[in-house]
Amino acid sequence: MNVVIMGCGRVGAALAVDLDNEDNEVVIVDIDPSAFRFLPDGFKGTTHVGNGTDVDVLRRIGIDRADIFVSATRGDNRNVMAAQIAKHIFGVKVAACRVFDPLREEMYRNMGIRTISPTRVQARRLKRMIEAPTDEAANDVVAEFMLQDGASA
Amino acid sequence: MNTMYIIVVGGGKVGFHLAKELIEANHEVLVIEIDPAKAKEIADELGEIVMEGDGCEATVLDKAGTGRADMILAVTGDDGANLVACQVAKQRFNVARTVARINDPKNEEIFRRLEVDITVSATSAIMAHIEQELPTHHLIPLLKLKGTGLEIVEVRIPEDARVVGQPVKSILLPYQSMISLVVGEDGQPKVPSGDTILHAGDEVVAVTMHESEEQLRDALMAPPPVRSF
Repeated sequence: MNVVIMGCGRVGAALAVDLDNEDNEVVIVDIDPSAFRFLPDGFKGTTHVGNGTDVDVLRRIGIDRADIFVSATRGDNRNVMAAQIAKHIFGVKVAACRVFDPLREEMYRNMGIRTISPTRVQARRLKRMIEAPTDEAANDVVAEFMLQDGASA
Repeated sequence: MNTMYIIVVGGGKVGFHLAKELIEANHEVLVIEIDPAKAKEIADELGEIVMEGDGCEATVLDKAGTGRADMILAVTGDDGANLVACQVAKQRFNVARTVARINDPKNEEIFRRLEVDITVSATSAIMAHIEQELPTHHLIPLLKLKGTGLEIVEVRIPEDARVVGQPVKSILLPYQSMISLVVGEDGQPKVPSGDTILHAGDEVVAVTMHESEEQLRDALMAPPPVRSF
């Protein structure tokens, strides 16, 4: 699969590495050239410095060929704008993004963008963790989350 | 004029002056500004018509009474914020008219396709004025016909154009293009027939598809092909 990721923070970079390890063609774009430090040396994908909400930048990095677009910057507005451009202007089949604000997350989900709100997810997980009767039980809860996410460690 | 309830997202220079004008025109106005210092400045100038908060957030827009707003004007310096403010207003609060300020002119077309009702780009507006003033820029877009992809353009026929001395019917126009008006040297506008002869310096007003602009420019302005021996 051809994947374009916007935002090379910890989340964007970790996603890029996972997808790269599964032999996808990964292109990652970030406005800040120093952001790519989060990528390990063996990363086989391509990196681009630029603004992922700019149609010219997206075109240049091959959005036309992308099967998947993911935006994972810190800005909700930037993320949903880029994902909508990918989906509705360039016809990318899967457009996904991170949206911190749960209300905006729900709205854009209803508009055909795959969205996830880390705020909502983390709040629920924190709650389940603190509700565990003992520290050991809390650790088990966390281990269970890791298992659900398919983490190997 | 009927009084409307208008929400202005972004209290920068554009938002401030818009709010001021709208209040003078007797509209009910609320400015949503994220920066407390700016919000206070506006309140000091214009009174209690400011709300501090992020105009892209549904909870803020809800508190602002967006449900009864006739119009939202998103005029921050950030295109992403303007897009989202308009979309939230439309999707969640059914605001009839959403207007976005466009900072990067490329976003004008994109925002329209993402269903923002009205887009306003200062850059495009200024460029349009400059293009009308520049005699060297030969094809001048005059007006976009909303929702049709058509536009009205003006062309001055150059002296070395291949169409000089030719009748209109001999010109190979691109698809969905037509010459609607020819203004000759005498300044008299006339609706051309197929036999109307074009002269150098004629102002031609034509309708064309946006995509066909280049072809139309060629058809009316290109010099005759150079013969090779």
